[in-house]
Amino acid sequence: MFTIYEARKILTMNPARPLASHVAVRDGRILGTGSVEELAGWGAHRLDRRFADKVLMPGLVEGHCHVSEGVFWRSVYCGYFDRMDPDGRIWPGLKSIEAVLARLGEAETALDHRDLPLSGWALDPIYFGSRRVDRHDLDRISVTRPIGVMHASGHILNVNSRALDLAGLLRPGISHPGIPLGEDGLPSGELKGPDAMMAVGRHAGFDREAQASDEPGLRQFARLCVRKGVTTATDLANLLPDEAVDMMLRVTGEDGFPVRIVPFRRFHGLGVGDLIKRAGELKARSSDRLRLGGIKLFADGSIQGFSARLRWPGYYGGQPNGLWYIAPEQLAEALELALAGGIMVHIHTNGDEATELVLDTMEKVLRRRQGPDHRFTLQHCQLADAAQFRRIRALGFCVNLFPNHHYYWGEQHYAMTLGPERATRMNACASALASGVPLAIHSDAPVTPLAPLFTAWCAVNRLSAAGRVMGGAERIGIAEALRAITLGAAYTLKLDGEIGSIECGKRADFAVLEDDPDEMPPERLKDIRVWGTIQGGRVFDAAAI
Amino acid sequence: MDANDPIPASVIGGYLGAGKTTLVNHLLRHAGGRRLAVLVNEFGDLPIDADLIVGAGERLIAIAGGCVCCAYGSDLIAGLEDLAGLPDRPDHVLIEASGVALPGSIGAALSLVPFFRLDAILVLADAGAIAAQLADRFMGDTLHRQIASADLVLLNKADLVSARELAATGSRLASLAPAARIVPAHRASVPVEIALGLHAGRAWRDAAGAGPTHVTAAFETLSCVLDGAFDVAPLAAALARPELGVLRAKGLLQDRAGRLMVLQLAGGRHETEVVAAKGARAGRLVLIGQAGCLARNAIGAAIEAARCR
Ligand SMILES: [Zn+2]
Repeated sequence: MFTIYEARKILTMNPARPLASHVAVRDGRILGTGSVEELAGWGAHRLDRRFADKVLMPGLVEGHCHVSEGVFWRSVYCGYFDRMDPDGRIWPGLKSIEAVLARLGEAETALDHRDLPLSGWALDPIYFGSRRVDRHDLDRISVTRPIGVMHASGHILNVNSRALDLAGLLRPGISHPGIPLGEDGLPSGELKGPDAMMAVGRHAGFDREAQASDEPGLRQFARLCVRKGVTTATDLANLLPDEAVDMMLRVTGEDGFPVRIVPFRRFHGLGVGDLIKRAGELKARSSDRLRLGGIKLFADGSIQGFSARLRWPGYYGGQPNGLWYIAPEQLAEALELALAGGIMVHIHTNGDEATELVLDTMEKVLRRRQGPDHRFTLQHCQLADAAQFRRIRALGFCVNLFPNHHYYWGEQHYAMTLGPERATRMNACASALASGVPLAIHSDAPVTPLAPLFTAWCAVNRLSAAGRVMGGAERIGIAEALRAITLGAAYTLKLDGEIGSIECGKRADFAVLEDDPDEMPPERLKDIRVWGTIQGGRVFDAAAI
Repeated sequence: MDANDPIPASVIGGYLGAGKTTLVNHLLRHAGGRRLAVLVNEFGDLPIDADLIVGAGERLIAIAGGCVCCAYGSDLIAGLEDLAGLPDRPDHVLIEASGVALPGSIGAALSLVPFFRLDAILVLADAGAIAAQLADRFMGDTLHRQIASADLVLLNKADLVSARELAATGSRLASLAPAARIVPAHRASVPVEIALGLHAGRAWRDAAGAGPTHVTAAFETLSCVLDGAFDVAPLAAALARPELGVLRAKGLLQDRAGRLMVLQLAGGRHETEVVAAKGARAGRLVLIGQAGCLARNAIGAAIEAARCR
């Protein structure tokens, strides 16, 4: 006995039969698409008509996000833009510092013990003009409990006096580039960069390493995936200690767990040889819903944090070039050993000089060693130009670009970090496709919201939040964008033989939509309503998750 | 040392292959009774020579002589806090930076953790490779920033280049780091006192003796007994002038207000601090420099200029 689902329309992404009315599913996999008559040939079946007025497309694949999105929702959402939480509640964006403080104040009254920390996230004060949040603002909410509010970029943390005091930093004489001082000579409460943030963050409810194995966070993350039509999502990256792997195997293995998680082991705490060995061990522990074995390397930092490595002429404001997080020798060794061991490598390169280093290094490695179908992926790769995309193609890399940046920080890149030309070139999806580079696009959630259809909208429209088109020539079509969030992302994970399209033999992973992407005007792509998902043949209704 | 005194911490930086790990092991072998704690970014390529290890856990390696080595992962601040909480408080902390890290940033991060005092930033450079590394199109500016942040540059593997090349490289580095002192070395074997500063106990003992004692043939110490009161901070600044040739100094002196002050100097970095009396007798100053490079007359003049009258 198997099930035939009837739908208003099925967008299969299979060029041999791009559209269908029915899809047959047995044992969590797809028998085929077509009419009932065609599919009935497989034998006894049950016709399920509950999606007769819905549109099915391949389950969406988020190729670069972090499960910690599910953890952040335990903190107070302080963002400028409306955002949906795992319960499906939409938190209205906050348009002033007063509004931010009011929401934090409300959350504060709900906490009982007077010393418990209060944390918020996704603050983006660049939208509030020149006024900065300082510790006195947060002190109005509480002086007894530590308060920390993370910025949307993840590079700045605002704290109150109590949090500074607990960290031993509410004192004069502090001299650190990441800690601006107020007129009284004491820290203003704004903390920039990882050292300054971590020194205080732990006292205000932020602990980065603990997020790696946060079970409630993983469950919340999965609910959000259902609401956004996502059936496979990466966790890029995680330190993957054994406890975390055990927990993830157990939780993802539960009958009701709706997503396939693809965690990558972050290059940290191990030498290159041990890292590759560990990746091999992890790979052997994979299950259908937990695909282990990839590694993630970091070449540089971020553009808005001025820590990305840029080629000439560097940052628009003349800031010093960014930071390297890996030495070329280590990178070469990692690439070579990964090729030898068949380990998948995804590499964070934000700036174009970081991309250049990876390309130069890979070119040397590939002269020494074969790398058939390696599909190593450059993550973010935001500033690659046409010549780099040609090399990326020639060396067998994929890219996963970050078009959400245009919407959230396009104006800042234009005016402050990169200047007009590079701000309008960045995340050049059309150039990547023109060079034949395998393309995925991503949210980097929680940095921007998990919502592949929104990411597709960003790639298709390239609008900044202020409404300016950031490089019209690099826009891509709807079909190309939808491919990037399904088959394109699956390809970068070497899962395109299993997922990413609706065709015989693949996993029965579908996004169930209320609206038809083919009928949506490009500017409304982000407004497509998601009913829920089918993952491995199991139906998940977002309204009931 | 008082349990409330900050623990001195040194940052050891420099590019891959410059000899950071060799230096750390050298210091562990010659710790001279100091309990050293080594903080490394990761245990990846084992940072400690096997024969020094007496026990190894996941994040902490126990080393002969009461020393330890810890991996701090991505969170230096937490690593430092863990060290401060160890039952056997370390006498000195060595933070081994990764090859692409900026030692100056690590030094700045130290100021965010109570219980620590930045003692010195030591940057190693491979005498035969540093010129090419400084010119590397990807890594060159990072190497420049590393060198510029140094208090002491250990120009390592000096035995593998000609004297002429060594001199040229040395003056190149000096121009990149005007406040730093350049110290040639091979196998990173410099006297512990150069890398870690003068150990209080030994320094005061030496000071009580007469005249200079040789640390090794390549270095010399100058010990002075200085009675009376001094303007200690100006004295420290004066001793840090490059032409005096002082690599390291430590002093325990009485200031104009009659307080007991400790003076510490590493290359161009110097600081003075009031210390509790605890029966210690003021009036000692010990200086180390390369053999033949301590400008004794100028040092004497600096001391006299700082004497309170
Ligand atoms: Zn990310």
